[in-house]
Amino acid sequence: MSERITKNMARNIYFGGGLFAILVFTGLTFDTVNQIPKLSHENTMTKSVALGKKVWEDNDCIGCHTLMGEGAYYAPELGNAYKRLGAGDEKTFKEYLSGWMAAQPLDVPDRRKMPQFHLTPEQIDNLADFLIWTSKVNNQEWPPNIQG
Amino acid sequence: MVAKPYFIFALILLAGEILFGISMGIQYLYGDFLFPAIPFNVLRMVHVNLLIVLLLFGFMGATYYLIPEESERELWSPLLAKITFWVFAVAGVLTILGYLFVPYATLAQITFNDLWPTMGREFLEQPTITKIGIVFVVLSYILNVTMTVLKGRKTTISIILLTGLFGLAFFFLFAFYVPDNLVMDKFFWWFVVHLWVEATWELILGALLAFVLIKTTGVDREHIDKWLYLIIAMTLISGLAGTGHHFFYIGTPGYWLWIGSIASAAEPIPFFLMILFAWNMVKNRRIQHNNHAALTWAKGTAVMGFLGAGVWGFLHTLAPVNYYTHGTQLTAAHGHLAFFGAYVMICFTLISYAMPILRGRPHGNGPKAQKVELISFWLMVIGMIGLTLALTVAGVMQIEMQRIPDSVNALSFMDTQTRIATVYTVRLLFGLMVLSGLLTYFYSFFVKEPKVSM
Repeated sequence: MSERITKNMARNIYFGGGLFAILVFTGLTFDTVNQIPKLSHENTMTKSVALGKKVWEDNDCIGCHTLMGEGAYYAPELGNAYKRLGAGDEKTFKEYLSGWMAAQPLDVPDRRKMPQFHLTPEQIDNLADFLIWTSKVNNQEWPPNIQG
Repeated sequence: MVAKPYFIFALILLAGEILFGISMGIQYLYGDFLFPAIPFNVLRMVHVNLLIVLLLFGFMGATYYLIPEESERELWSPLLAKITFWVFAVAGVLTILGYLFVPYATLAQITFNDLWPTMGREFLEQPTITKIGIVFVVLSYILNVTMTVLKGRKTTISIILLTGLFGLAFFFLFAFYVPDNLVMDKFFWWFVVHLWVEATWELILGALLAFVLIKTTGVDREHIDKWLYLIIAMTLISGLAGTGHHFFYIGTPGYWLWIGSIASAAEPIPFFLMILFAWNMVKNRRIQHNNHAALTWAKGTAVMGFLGAGVWGFLHTLAPVNYYTHGTQLTAAHGHLAFFGAYVMICFTLISYAMPILRGRPHGNGPKAQKVELISFWLMVIGMIGLTLALTVAGVMQIEMQRIPDSVNALSFMDTQTRIATVYTVRLLFGLMVLSGLLTYFYSFFVKEPKVSM
């Protein structure tokens, strides 16, 4: 095949094709950025949700867990933790989360261990709000079932 | 000559990379291993960050080696290249020590993450101050390379390499943008992660591979250039919109399900072209270069890159499949083979070609050393394939038990993981094989040769 293509043609395919791809991708980026506020219900994003995201990042939770399927695969998915562990009830979930965080690390031999992060009650509350908000993002109904 | 420390340091980092990987493999089976001294997230942070840094060192060493040769002049500033090396090495080591000896939240606090939060995102865990350091290192490196190219002969290879480097620098800037909205954050996070690995780095890979093929086969430059253009054209056309395969299930618009699937179905093409490219050049070679090991690495890069990035990527890149595979061990299987096959192996290719020359052996190492190197090649390649197959099986089992059944019958994540333990043991054993391969490689540097007159 390559015998019929000259170097100049190949170069033009590169510049033309590359430019075309960049333009398409840039256009789609603008449209996506416009749609994200609606898809993620940005109007329900409180101060506490933002603080919770900061708690999540400052403790590198993504280093073990996945969130909407992205992260490490060592510990359970947390994008739907609110639905799985709190049965969709905010009070239940918050109680569960603070109890769980206080009990770490669990004393079960050979079980994968979650470190003790010594979070304050406010930080846990923020983290819970962040996870609740995340669980409501419109993400094409992923994961397939409650186990994530 | 400035390339040498870069190559040596990249190899040292690779040893660390594998050791941390093996420790993680053990923790997958025995959660108490190294806990609480080094929790899993810290091991993983070191594992993935070492990978990124070692590849950057490998790329830098490779460019500092080939750009003077391509430009037919001395590097613009060898001194700057040396300074860059030490700054990057010291900053890298300090960051890793920070991960290991300071709790992450404390590290975030003492590096002013509150002022400008950029930490705690997968692969971009580096403290903000380290990220700024990376920008300075990369800018001085690009300045050095650009000035050298501008003042010397301009070839297709050096121009494409520069395009890749500018892209790398540009897209890293998105690492500094961390909006409060998680979906927006995730969307732009991929501008660094995907567009590095599946766009700009591929340009660098193509240019490096073309360079080694010119040198070891003596095939006409015009011919090689043409192939290189075709490969990187396909890379950009498929790779840019192919970012869409990461935008399926993170809260982005539904049209990405279609665009991502279609574009990324084309992503194996550039890797397939690389195989044709390497084989064609070897078939039509004009010279018999004595460095067979380097040529084996070059062909290996093309094949393994295609398997890891192309085949294993395509396995789960279509949206309906990805719905089940997203965030499982299948993702890890693809990641491991792709990074090793495409990027670690191109570094080996360059090191294998350039190191003997830098050590005063223009015709490559002696036959005994090359034999040892070939053994190490096969140990690492088979080890990585075995490890990938094990992770693939683990992923399929995970999907079967945890994802396919309805909510009532599905096993929980932790129960599923317990049942996969045997497969994780197999993975660990293949990981040890990779380590033995790397040790064999190190040994090949010290093989004594009887003096032969050329």
